[in-house]
Amino acid sequence: MSMRNLGRAATLAASLVAVAGLASAQSPNLGKKITEADIQQWDTAILPDGTGLPPGSGTFAQGAKVYAEKCQSCHAEGGKGGGAPGAGALIGGGPLNAINTPKTIKNYYAYATTVFDYIRRGMPYNSPRSLPDNEVYAVTAYILGLNKLIGEKDVMDAKTLPQVKMPNQDNFIMPYPDRI
Amino acid sequence: MSILPPNHWSARSHNILAEQSLLNRRALLGKGAALAGAGLGAATAGVSGAAAEPLKDEKWSLEFGSTIPAVQERSPFEKNVVRTLSNPNGEMRNSHARTQHQLLGGTLTPNSQFFTISHCGVPNIDPAKHKLVIHGKVRQPLEFTLDTLARYPMVTRTAFVECAGNSAPLFSNQPMQITCGAIHGLVSNAEWSGVRLSTLLEEAGVDPTAKWLVAEGADAQLLTRSVPIKKAMDDCLIVLYQNGERLMPGNGYPMRLLVPGYQGNMNVKHVRRIKVIDQPAYTFFETKNYSQILPGGKTWRFNFLMQVKSFITYPTLGHQLKEPGFYNISGVAYSGNGRISKVMVSADGGKSWGEAALQGSVNDKSFTRFNMPWRWDGQPAVITSRAWDESGASQPLRAEFISARGQTSEPVTNPLLFPSQHYNSLTSWGIDSKGEIKHVYA
Repeated sequence: MSMRNLGRAATLAASLVAVAGLASAQSPNLGKKITEADIQQWDTAILPDGTGLPPGSGTFAQGAKVYAEKCQSCHAEGGKGGGAPGAGALIGGGPLNAINTPKTIKNYYAYATTVFDYIRRGMPYNSPRSLPDNEVYAVTAYILGLNKLIGEKDVMDAKTLPQVKMPNQDNFIMPYPDRI
Repeated sequence: MSILPPNHWSARSHNILAEQSLLNRRALLGKGAALAGAGLGAATAGVSGAAAEPLKDEKWSLEFGSTIPAVQERSPFEKNVVRTLSNPNGEMRNSHARTQHQLLGGTLTPNSQFFTISHCGVPNIDPAKHKLVIHGKVRQPLEFTLDTLARYPMVTRTAFVECAGNSAPLFSNQPMQITCGAIHGLVSNAEWSGVRLSTLLEEAGVDPTAKWLVAEGADAQLLTRSVPIKKAMDDCLIVLYQNGERLMPGNGYPMRLLVPGYQGNMNVKHVRRIKVIDQPAYTFFETKNYSQILPGGKTWRFNFLMQVKSFITYPTLGHQLKEPGFYNISGVAYSGNGRISKVMVSADGGKSWGEAALQGSVNDKSFTRFNMPWRWDGQPAVITSRAWDESGASQPLRAEFISARGQTSEPVTNPLLFPSQHYNSLTSWGIDSKGEIKHVYA
């Protein structure tokens, strides 16, 4: 290759590098800019420390009423489960002494916030997100109360729910801490 | 009892002096002509009588064929190639459709056969109305539509997606007499095309304190999983295409999160929201369903990785060896750690092993098909496979795996149950002198 061609090749290479650099620096940026207020209705993620819990409250007694109306047809009386296919027990649960021990709220769940979050996003199964937040707090209080994880007079709200101590909370191992 | 993470399994060395019936890959490649000649000689000897009959044209060669349909379907002779359903009558509960690997070949699972699990039915989503929002610990919350994402540079890659509960029947203390697909039908492999999640997260500007994101689907339960930001920035995609066409409804239409090599449930379908957060959400599915009880009562959570695994697809239960002679033992291997580096096959229940040939390209976190030519002598045999990946991890032997992960105390009779999850030990098939195949533990 002549010096002149070498020079051209070098210029071409330099411009390709420049274009590549430009391309990676310039993202399409086609996302519509929105605000957290726009997302409020969708923003139901709840963290174990209570972040994301909505205003409102509920008690065992209030929850018993909601449960009888909206949950019992599938989960059976007193959370026994089995009223509909796939509707598991909401109470009880034995020691985790076999790999296939049925997992329940009492013997397994690490945080009470998970109970609230799942009811709020997915229950009733045939009519999800039809319960107002007060009713979600109340049903959560009812289920936690049936399991003796809280007292029947305890009020569940954004402050008290994250403080409920779940029996299996300290029993978990993370196999891949290096991947977080 | 100390329980090691599954990537610390001891890589026990094998006696790789395979018995003579396994036609070692190198031997076959090196002396291909000689062996092929010998094989053909033996095979044609058995069918020479049939070949003597004169060939004639069949009916279909003598008439004008059928009209070409706009969307083509498989031959009517392949009508039995269907996924098996756990909820065929559509009861209002979860549903599984399992890929029947013993009826398929190659590495890409056809979209019609790709496994599906739904916890609340498959949503019927209008793509023009679907939105994906990214918010939380970001500089600028953003909203994307299918149209805007379609304008982004896309990447195409293959990846397997495997339910954490795939292969769960192997936790039974007795081998269940069910097909390869009934055991391993909750893993499939496809070519995916979509936009790098890192591109979208960078546009939103992730706060340096963020460690996780929580991804949410648009299904009736708004299925939600926490994913480490580390993985999101590494190789996650927002996928729009599956094997060259738009995603199947049961696989996440119109867009899904692809988290290559991690639990299937984390690959959130119909993804509509990604919230960047500083701690995991401990959602229902990562708290209960996709978390495992270990012997001794400790429990695993955030057990993301689908470890190295292989299984034979042919010959397995439902196939029959009609005569002694040459057979190609074939199957798939894959690992959430990366590429498959080696697959060993045994035809004597693990006493001796031969290295299988890896067919085609060996892709990151994808199915790799392996082949081991074998001459069956008509005597009882037990065939099994064991894979290694590029990280050095290998499939644990069954005894080693069961000692760490446990098995049921009673035989499991319902193949739809999930006694535990993340089984990645061996699968073995016993062949009797009649050529009948049973599922066995070896």
